[in-house]
Amino acid sequence: MAILEVKQLTKIFGQDPKRALAMLNQGASKADILKETKMTVGVNKAEFAIEEGEIFVIMGLSGSGKSTLLRMLNRLIEPTAGQILFNGTDVVKMTPAQLRQYRRKNIGMVFQKFALFPHRTVLENVEYGLEVQGMEKKKRQELARKALQLVGLEGWEHKRPDELSGGMQQRVGLARGLANDPDILLMDEAFSALDPLIRKDMQHELLELQSKMKKTIVFITHDLDEALRIGDRIALMKDGVIVQIGTPEEILTNPADPYVQRFVEDVDMSKVLTAAHIMYKAETIAPERGPRVALQLMRDSEVSTLYVVDKEKRLLGLVTADAASRALKENLSLEEVMERNVPRVKPDAYLNEFFELMAETRLPVAVVDDELKLRGVIIKGAVLSALAGNTIPEAGGA
Amino acid sequence: MNIAKIPLGDWVERFEDWLTGHFGPLFDVIRLIIQGIVDAFSFVLMSVPALALIVLIAALAYWIGKWKLALFALIGLLLIQNLGLWEPSMQSLALVLTASLISIVFGVPIGILCARSNGVRNVVTPILDFMQTMPAFVYLLPAVSFFSLGVVPGVIASIIFAIPPTIRLTNLGIRQVPADLAEAADAFGSTPSQKLFKLQLPLAMPSIMAGINQTIMLALSMVVISSMIGAQGVGAYVYRAVTQAKTGVGFEAGIAIVIMAILLDRLTQHAFKKKS
Repeated sequence: MAILEVKQLTKIFGQDPKRALAMLNQGASKADILKETKMTVGVNKAEFAIEEGEIFVIMGLSGSGKSTLLRMLNRLIEPTAGQILFNGTDVVKMTPAQLRQYRRKNIGMVFQKFALFPHRTVLENVEYGLEVQGMEKKKRQELARKALQLVGLEGWEHKRPDELSGGMQQRVGLARGLANDPDILLMDEAFSALDPLIRKDMQHELLELQSKMKKTIVFITHDLDEALRIGDRIALMKDGVIVQIGTPEEILTNPADPYVQRFVEDVDMSKVLTAAHIMYKAETIAPERGPRVALQLMRDSEVSTLYVVDKEKRLLGLVTADAASRALKENLSLEEVMERNVPRVKPDAYLNEFFELMAETRLPVAVVDDELKLRGVIIKGAVLSALAGNTIPEAGGA
Repeated sequence: MNIAKIPLGDWVERFEDWLTGHFGPLFDVIRLIIQGIVDAFSFVLMSVPALALIVLIAALAYWIGKWKLALFALIGLLLIQNLGLWEPSMQSLALVLTASLISIVFGVPIGILCARSNGVRNVVTPILDFMQTMPAFVYLLPAVSFFSLGVVPGVIASIIFAIPPTIRLTNLGIRQVPADLAEAADAFGSTPSQKLFKLQLPLAMPSIMAGINQTIMLALSMVVISSMIGAQGVGAYVYRAVTQAKTGVGFEAGIAIVIMAILLDRLTQHAFKKKS
């Protein structure tokens, strides 16, 4: 079941939201309403469901309404209409006391400019969410220390936020968001204020934290690269409307409309696509089957090389047609003639990480996972065609 | 066409009579409370021997400030003592401290209310403008008719003149707390009072302290005017000197006020800085 379900969620900024809402329901556009009533449609009937444990990225340019949408999820901004169901309970209908409980226990937040309290130490900042719940000091300090450890900031507890670098400050922000162990973490352009290298580190660390903690994360960004890197699913927003929701691959390969298309066009595919995206199924053979079978297989599947794998599909080497013929003539086994030094990459390697390898070798590149199992094969043509934006082959398994 | 003069003055006087007639007992209670506070301050300031108090204040100045401030306190206060103005100075100080204390007790909460609601601010701001620009002599008269002569109407007049900076700067300090910090406090489920005490007041403190400092200075500037309605103290010396054209006496009393002003200003400023 979805942990958070948003239905027809709408925000209108202005004097008389009801009037604008009525116009919206009659099909008026954001521009019409602005022209006629001077009211702004911040978010227009957003509808989505977030599954437990996923990273849901809301992406859009500034002014697209993504920040307003995020702030409605914990009601920092009051919705004009619609529902937000947290495990089935409508957040919009909560009383102030219920809303406080929801904010204290269920939904944390990390801010773009960190929003750390300058008069409190790092530890006191992280404690804040627990402190307002009335938790006793010893216990909340212990939990806050744990959260700081999680983000790698042990030893910095008694510094003031302004003594820390930007990246470290945001780690404090992250620790503060995680300290009360919320079900959902809202991250509002959390890494946008960091410089690119630190930003990449933080993205990486977030993914690592996520794999340990299995939080549900709603992440806002204006950067498609970031969205593609960390998002399990991405919602693209434009003018307050969600134009497409899908996995990164769906968004890239099947943009729903020209707006998404334009967004996607600028993406450097070599930093987005991984080996797993562009590999083909590899033709394999077990070593004991011998050179005669190998040659037959090559003829049948019209290839000039075969990968030799053991019973667990672990890659042993590669035989070319020439090598197989030689083995047949000289009565050698496949293992004696195969090339053991096969160029290989990991499935999650980005294209731009193995361009050089592709250029240096005559042989196709094997995709091998951490357990040394052969997952697929990459040929030069597939790389070029992927970069040209053509269809990506079905990911093949060996 | 000849438009009749609007009888604004009559209305005000009738309103004054009505207030005195209907709220006399209330004014009596207020008078007793204020008189009590002034007396308490006076008692403390005057029951300690002058020299002991001077040393004490100099020590305080050394503790929260610098040795320069301590030296100034020592020399300045000894000068006041030497000029024979110690007792009236302490009377004036009691008036100033009372007016400041009451201004803070009411000013900070009013400032907080202004910061929370634009409606409250829009009502309070013009009243503050009125209080600060209306010449003090004008409200001395009703103060006397409500509270009779003496130190109490002086305290009231001082409060009216001195409370606005505390209110304004409390309001300003809270409103200047960055929006994303206030958002963060909300996002973690703070109640309004948790947000106020854990975030807004601590961050607004420098601004509030600047307001309080201004309030104390303005209260001190009222001591001469207060003396016109019977408040005892060093202000009365100045007032008498003016009416009797005695430049020397006036100057001596004036110097005593200046010394107290500088001391109060530096001591409060340094105390706030030391705290933050």
